[in-house]
Amino acid sequence: MTASSSGTNSPAVRLRRISKRFGAVQANREVSFDVAAGSVHGIVGENGAGKSTLMSILYGYYHADAGEIEVMGQPARIANAQQAMALGLGMVHQHFMLVDSLSALDNVMLGAEPGFFLTRAKQRVRERLEALMQQTGLHVRLDAEVGSLPVGEMQRLEILKTLYRGARILILDEPTAVLTPQETEQLFGTLRGLKAQGCTILLITHKLKEVMALCDAVTVMRAGQVVQTTPIAETSEAALAEAMVGRKVSLGRTGAEHKTDAAAAPLLEARGLRLRNRLGVPALAGVDLRLLPGEIVGVAGVSGNGQSELLEVLAGMRAPDQGRLSLGGREFEAGAWLDPALARALRLAHVPEDRHLHGMVLNFPAWESAVLGYQDLDVYRAAPLGLGLKQGLMREQTAGMMERFDVRPRQPELRSSKFSGGNQQKLIMARELAQAPRVLLVGQPTRGVDIGAIEFIHAQLRGLRDAGCAVLLVSSELDEILALADRVLVMNAGHVTGELPIAECTETRLGLLMAAQGRAQEQEGHPA
Amino acid sequence: MSQPLALPRWMDLGLLPAWNLLVAIAVSGLVVLAIGASPAQVFWALLQGALGSGRGLGYTLYYATTFIFSGLAVAVAIHAGLFNIGGEGQASLGGLGAALVSLWLGHSLPAVLMLPLAVLAAALFGMAWAVVPGYLQAWRGSHVVITTIMFNFLAASLNSYLLVNWLRPAGSMSVESAEFADSARMPALHQLMQSWGFEDWPSSPLNLSLLLALLACVAVYWFLWKSSAGYALRAVGANPQAAHYAGIRPRWQILLAMGLSGALAGLVGVNEISGVQGKLTLDFVAGAGFTGIAVSLMGRNHPLGIVLASLLFGVLYQGGVEVSFDVPGFSRDMVVTVQGLIVLFAGAMAMVSAPAFARLYAWTQERRHG
Repeated sequence: MTASSSGTNSPAVRLRRISKRFGAVQANREVSFDVAAGSVHGIVGENGAGKSTLMSILYGYYHADAGEIEVMGQPARIANAQQAMALGLGMVHQHFMLVDSLSALDNVMLGAEPGFFLTRAKQRVRERLEALMQQTGLHVRLDAEVGSLPVGEMQRLEILKTLYRGARILILDEPTAVLTPQETEQLFGTLRGLKAQGCTILLITHKLKEVMALCDAVTVMRAGQVVQTTPIAETSEAALAEAMVGRKVSLGRTGAEHKTDAAAAPLLEARGLRLRNRLGVPALAGVDLRLLPGEIVGVAGVSGNGQSELLEVLAGMRAPDQGRLSLGGREFEAGAWLDPALARALRLAHVPEDRHLHGMVLNFPAWESAVLGYQDLDVYRAAPLGLGLKQGLMREQTAGMMERFDVRPRQPELRSSKFSGGNQQKLIMARELAQAPRVLLVGQPTRGVDIGAIEFIHAQLRGLRDAGCAVLLVSSELDEILALADRVLVMNAGHVTGELPIAECTETRLGLLMAAQGRAQEQEGHPA
Repeated sequence: MSQPLALPRWMDLGLLPAWNLLVAIAVSGLVVLAIGASPAQVFWALLQGALGSGRGLGYTLYYATTFIFSGLAVAVAIHAGLFNIGGEGQASLGGLGAALVSLWLGHSLPAVLMLPLAVLAAALFGMAWAVVPGYLQAWRGSHVVITTIMFNFLAASLNSYLLVNWLRPAGSMSVESAEFADSARMPALHQLMQSWGFEDWPSSPLNLSLLLALLACVAVYWFLWKSSAGYALRAVGANPQAAHYAGIRPRWQILLAMGLSGALAGLVGVNEISGVQGKLTLDFVAGAGFTGIAVSLMGRNHPLGIVLASLLFGVLYQGGVEVSFDVPGFSRDMVVTVQGLIVLFAGAMAMVSAPAFARLYAWTQERRHG
């Protein structure tokens, strides 16, 4: 357990000319690189670049068609996950492999019980885990039910679990996708600590900022091949982005500063929105909001501070407990709130935060998902008695959307689930923009989306703003808000804790507002 | 995490079911062999009995009619994400509905009015029996699987109560209603054929309900995949949250799906009561509601698949009866065993061989590209 184990100069993992083909798709083509022992090595690439396939080969889920793997200098044949674990490899999946109804301790023990009698076994596992937690700083409440743990703690538990099983080489697949910025910082601290103790860490991600902050070296993959492997000191975020996409990309603010007519009548105005969630905790604690034509209003905040609820309330998916709303010349109040169908009729479009849960029906072919929410429009009605659907028209329009938004592959008949995240998001954007909305609500427009697609989606949102639409942008990526918004609201514990024109926004200032602690209004029962 | 399963359509819908059926027949053959009978003789008798004569074919199609209705009922609910296992009770209510209007109006209305009315009543009664569990699911959160199966028991009790206490003609010892007037009887195929001059058309219970069943197939197909209401229903079944986002009201879709499902199950009553019995009898559904589950699963919840699966089950039912007559020592219980094996392999375990086929397909593809 000391750093001296990496004293021999052999790399922790050496991949040599790994190739893997699925049917007609070459997922990995002659992939070769070394991961130095005791280092943090990033693997970046767009969706479908072959990162996950490669890691699945390393962890024994798939078998490479060709190529060799060495672990700690020894040639390795990894036929299944058990063998990978025996070699000291451990994988932390993006979607946790935990049993929600068991305690944290039971989850660690599951499948690795050190004895027949559970009480005694538990005691032994507990002792070892406590020593391990002491050593690594990964603290988890061992007796809590896993389902009740916050996401960051679940992730610590996952890492603890792999360490408990003797992992010395950790593979983390998009570990920060579900974490708040604070939890991300905490995770990085932990990972640095593990590295100091001699662990090797493989980090799969598409967040370049994190690569720059944490990694010692980085491998860029594109279309199944390695583009480059470089020490972190010799590269930059921009250079990595270019290597990933294969062309120059710009994700910052572009174009001239946009002027909003502050005297114009608002397209949407909400007053005093209050909503308690199922546990009785206020998710919205009196939110006021005005959206003017031709502006993008960004909502910043650590996720879980009421942004999701705000979107759902404004889109009519949920009625607030109190509050008023005026939209498209209509007035609504808590007792008689608008519903999603009426919202659309009033030309409010909504790109939901979770595209798999709300944005599309994964089983439907793309053309059916591409009319979701608009299936009752008069243009789609067909005989008899308007009960039928003009499916030819729907397919045709979907093909048009795919063309305009560069959705790949251009197959309206393909199942929605078969498209990559970025292409699904582009299809949803295309659908919501197709009816020329006057108000657009967008939640996490680029979560899990490739850099190339992010650039495109940002351009679409700016174009919509310039056409006079009011856009409300909720994003947990501060960079995204800084790149797009004209005005920024910061939410914290269901309150709007600040409102700034973009010119006055800096990351530090927003960060302080996001973390605003100890305010009087927070005393009224905000959970820890 | 396993390798993604990719089967081409022709394998998924053609080869796989055929293979499953073959396995089922092979295993049944072994069972038949084990009790000392000859599999060849048994299967020959089964096919001969089901398809070898006009009369046998008529019976087969008559059974298939019932299974089409109960299979469609299950399929419509499944597309809305609901598992309606109350086909039994809904069918029995459908029969009750048909019987009540037939007894009430049969003597005063001609067949052209009386028969559509009986069909409508059967559908409405079946619908009513399914809408209640649907409501309880949508607004009160009681699971339809539990409520529909309980409603089966209620339906059976209601049926016998009404027959014993109200519908049984005075002085009759058997638990049956009075016979319907001729105008309330769905014309049997052999009667129609005889009236058109085909004197020696063999008689069987096959009646015009088969036409109704085929119409129902077309209607269900159109509704599910071509209509805007069907779109909403499938959206709710596949992803209720996305449906809510899209402005569809999941609760009303649940009610609609259960209503349609119950109506289709109710039409079983038309085939059995208006078509064959000509009076309301006790326990006329005889498990057809449950067989509908197997039919729908086997037919992949698609009307065309359901027609094919219904034909298979029709053959098994009719052929099974013949086998127990023809093959000495082959009891009725053995017939049920063979039927059960076929349901098991071709229905419940339909996807067991899929991974093997996927590997085979991937291998052939690789060789072609390789």
